Amino acid sequence: MTTTATTPAGARPRAAIAAKTLRTDRWWLAPLLTVSLLVLWVAYATVRAFMQKWYFVSDYHYLTPFYSPCVSKGCTAEAAEFGRFLPDWPIIPFAAVTLPFLLLFRLTCYYYRRAYYRSFWMSPPACAVPDGHRTYSGETRFPLIFQNAHRYFFYAAVLISIINTWDAIRAFHSPQGFGFGLGNLVLLVNVILLWAYTVSCHSCRHIVGGRLKHFSKHPLRYRAWGFVSKLNAKHMQLAWTTLGTLMVTDAYVMAVSANWISDLRFIH
Amino acid sequence: MMGEVRNFRVWRGDADGGQLEDFQVEVNDGEVVLDIIHRLQATQAPDLAVRWNCKAGKCGSCSMEINGKPRLGCMTRMSTFEATETVTVTPLRTFPVIRDLVTDVSFNYQKARELPAFAPPAGVAPGEYRMQQVDVERSQEFRKCIECFLCQNVCHVVRDHEENKKAFSGPRFFIRAAELDMHPLDARTDRKDLAVEEQGIGYCNITKCCTEVCPEHIKITDNAIIPMKERAVDRRYDPIAWLGSKIFHRDQLDRPAGHTTTGVATAERPASSRQPDAGSPSTPAEHAASHQAQGEISMNWHREAPAGQAAPVGSDGRLPVTEFTGQMAGAQSPFGDDVPLPLPVDDINYQHPSRTDEG
Repeated sequence: MTTTATTPAGARPRAAIAAKTLRTDRWWLAPLLTVSLLVLWVAYATVRAFMQKWYFVSDYHYLTPFYSPCVSKGCTAEAAEFGRFLPDWPIIPFAAVTLPFLLLFRLTCYYYRRAYYRSFWMSPPACAVPDGHRTYSGETRFPLIFQNAHRYFFYAAVLISIINTWDAIRAFHSPQGFGFGLGNLVLLVNVILLWAYTVSCHSCRHIVGGRLKHFSKHPLRYRAWGFVSKLNAKHMQLAWTTLGTLMVTDAYVMAVSANWISDLRFIH
Repeated sequence: MMGEVRNFRVWRGDADGGQLEDFQVEVNDGEVVLDIIHRLQATQAPDLAVRWNCKAGKCGSCSMEINGKPRLGCMTRMSTFEATETVTVTPLRTFPVIRDLVTDVSFNYQKARELPAFAPPAGVAPGEYRMQQVDVERSQEFRKCIECFLCQNVCHVVRDHEENKKAFSGPRFFIRAAELDMHPLDARTDRKDLAVEEQGIGYCNITKCCTEVCPEHIKITDNAIIPMKERAVDRRYDPIAWLGSKIFHRDQLDRPAGHTTTGVATAERPASSRQPDAGSPSTPAEHAASHQAQGEISMNWHREAPAGQAAPVGSDGRLPVTEFTGQMAGAQSPFGDDVPLPLPVDDINYQHPSRTDEG
């Protein structure tokens, strides 16, 4: 009998296409931008974390998020809201208690993973562009299997966001008592966006309701899940904007603290 | 309006090799790449092989790579290219080539067969399945899949590493796994482990190319793969979640609805028709009376179901990919090939309207 069917017969070769990729658009632009911006940000953050000065404006109680909570013995007494217990060594950032968790929260974030796997690790650099590695085991083995711990860093990030919120509230301050200036707006916008980034996390979406099988039995968790899902769709945008606001907030506090600019006050 | 002539490069060849061939071909307003491939067949390359069917982005047949990007030929408008641009069309890279633009996608069928199907909940009879829209909404997104396999093709885990094909099922089957794991009535509780052990979800590094190429705009990564990864974390990598599920019996969250909410459809036999233990009916009249009684029971959901017939798998332990490679002409019976039709009346769970004529 004649048949037009293709009988599966062992391993057959793929199409012998010589070009590694036939993409004609600028697929390299996105990974290039990611690398440049992340390197720039990490460089800035590293310098600032170890600078150990210009982190606090005592008149207005502005504390930069890079030094919050300020728990080193080297901290200004007014800035240390949570006690001072870390030794004052130049290699230990004043906020060494929280900075590693923030770093790990972003390092294991599902969005940042996409960003750095594509740009730094080239696995793959862009869709339908060959992976730069001979073998590949994904996140199945040590050390990448620890990406699964993302939810723990999410819990830590929630605690740190509470501390940042406290800092933003404490900053409504002037030498005479209550005060409100441009710096407060900067700190507020930063802390609101930090919350939005933290809450939009994929692990958070899972924890508040994604893990359920029956939304109908948990109406409140379903509503919370719906809210987080909406934010979650913007997780990438929030990941980048919060890097921006963190840098701007820190730079503003640094500039006011170093007397390069003076804070614009609305209420003294 | 007369069309203009555009440059095309199409990969021609088969398993023994091939190359890109240049064509100059007329392109008219409103046309898509598949139209141009058809014009090439009609005018310059009558033996050009291409798989296609609906021309409306709903059958998933005309998957190809256009200027290096996995796309549906019928959904890629020619107006998206510059007039001077050469359009390069190649077959899907991840799968073995059969000829020209046609590839052998049986990898996907094999992976589909490896995924356990929907498991009906115990204690809930067919016809008694009740689900609320909010509970099935998430799964419904994944039902939009047209199985074009563009996501399977673009995924670098298998595209760039042929050796991973054995361990890795690919995005299309992660959405299937998520669909079933989120299904309110699915009775299996091991789908999270299966996703890790059998499907290799750990290989995915969430670079989101599957989502980028999906012609149905399914949020494969955000709504299926990451939730499945998180569900696997609950089960395998999170000691606190594990402990919590033991202490608060939160593992019941995974149980299908039938266990707790939907009452079992108990077919209470009316007292008036309750018969003494008379053994099996022997006379036609008793038959009729017995059938009448069964009719009053309405539906006997708890009748002994006949044992299923083993699937006619080949030497590799798998079902044949098509009926052409199978033992039988025609498709298998969805009822099982050992089930005689019409069914014996004692085996059916409803009153057949023709039964009144039997007596």
